[in-house]
Amino acid sequence: MIEINHISFKYPGSKHPVFEDLSFSLESNHIYGLLGKNGMGKSTLLYLISGLLRPESGEILIDGIPSKDRQPVTLRDIFIVPEEYDMPPVTLREFIEMNESFYPHFNIDVLRNCLRDFELPEEPSLKELSMGQKKKIYMSFALASGTRYLLMDEPTNGLDIPSKSLFRKVVTRNLTEDSTLIISTHQVHDLESLLDHIIILDNSQILVNSSVADITSKYTFTFRGAQEMDNVLYAEPSFQGNATISLRKPEEEETTLNLELFFNAATKGKLDY
Amino acid sequence: MNFNNNKAIYVQMADRLCDEIVSGKYAVHDRIPSVREYAVMLEVNTNTVVKAYDILARDHVVYNKRGLGYFVNEGARDSIIASRKKAFLEETLPELFRQMKLLGINIRDIEDEWLKSKDNPVLGR
Repeated sequence: MIEINHISFKYPGSKHPVFEDLSFSLESNHIYGLLGKNGMGKSTLLYLISGLLRPESGEILIDGIPSKDRQPVTLRDIFIVPEEYDMPPVTLREFIEMNESFYPHFNIDVLRNCLRDFELPEEPSLKELSMGQKKKIYMSFALASGTRYLLMDEPTNGLDIPSKSLFRKVVTRNLTEDSTLIISTHQVHDLESLLDHIIILDNSQILVNSSVADITSKYTFTFRGAQEMDNVLYAEPSFQGNATISLRKPEEEETTLNLELFFNAATKGKLDY
Repeated sequence: MNFNNNKAIYVQMADRLCDEIVSGKYAVHDRIPSVREYAVMLEVNTNTVVKAYDILARDHVVYNKRGLGYFVNEGARDSIIASRKKAFLEETLPELFRQMKLLGINIRDIEDEWLKSKDNPVLGR
């Protein structure tokens, strides 16, 4: 479990705090979607959770231990895939040799399966790869690391069209039962079907922290014609009519979450969050 | 006929499996894909598949053998068809009648189309 307790954080030299007295927690065994408009602090939050950044006040506990202490027992169970990074000028084999001993649950078969699913060569030289290919390698290593907590910042950014689907397959196939995956993203359509819990960051606060099941229990997402707009909480035009959100009546069947619509409605204050 | 394509994902997945059972892809006592296999195939969260499988087990379409997986139940095909008939009469038909009223179509128009239709078993194509 990840507990974020009253953290405040500001980048050095900046007047504007990113977070002030922020508190919430993340349970295990979920795939979290961390959403928020540009500049709301999604990446910063991931770096704070992983201990790469330290909060000015408050603390983040991972299974009871502050992540800012960067203890080996914590670090061996977290892996973060940042949005951008440089790969060292080594071969993949050398990269694995350098890093696998830090992760006691590292599984070489998972790595090989991921590389094959992503259609990557088995022995690439890391420097020569395109950004998308580097990302796939890094993500394959992340899944192979077997850590309990996996953080990914914009994982589908830069992936070609078939690879977005491959990403979903690779994650569903290789994510273990007791792992927690936190994905920060703008690409809701790429990832909607994977997420079971939604966190929306807005104005330095947690606007929404809810399971998808609770959202689809509370709200109905339907397309309605112009004559059928009664009791609609929020709507956007679409070629199928109006995409709407309304409160679900108990006898109504549940509908599929429209995550983009939900995000817009929540951040515009149209829902009860 | 699909008047409501907003149905929850897990319901759509259960429907999809029911389609495959009715079409004969999975026969009685055949093993259906495991939760994880199905999740990978459709690229969805495994919890969603669990919900779909719970519906199917609850409706006695499949049964679970610990450690082995989920299997098609006897009579599954018949019970799926029976419950779809029920849904047709309780949901599809009232919606059809609502449209007919709105558009001024009467039952005789429907019958004329039915007599001409290639789906009409009487015409026996």
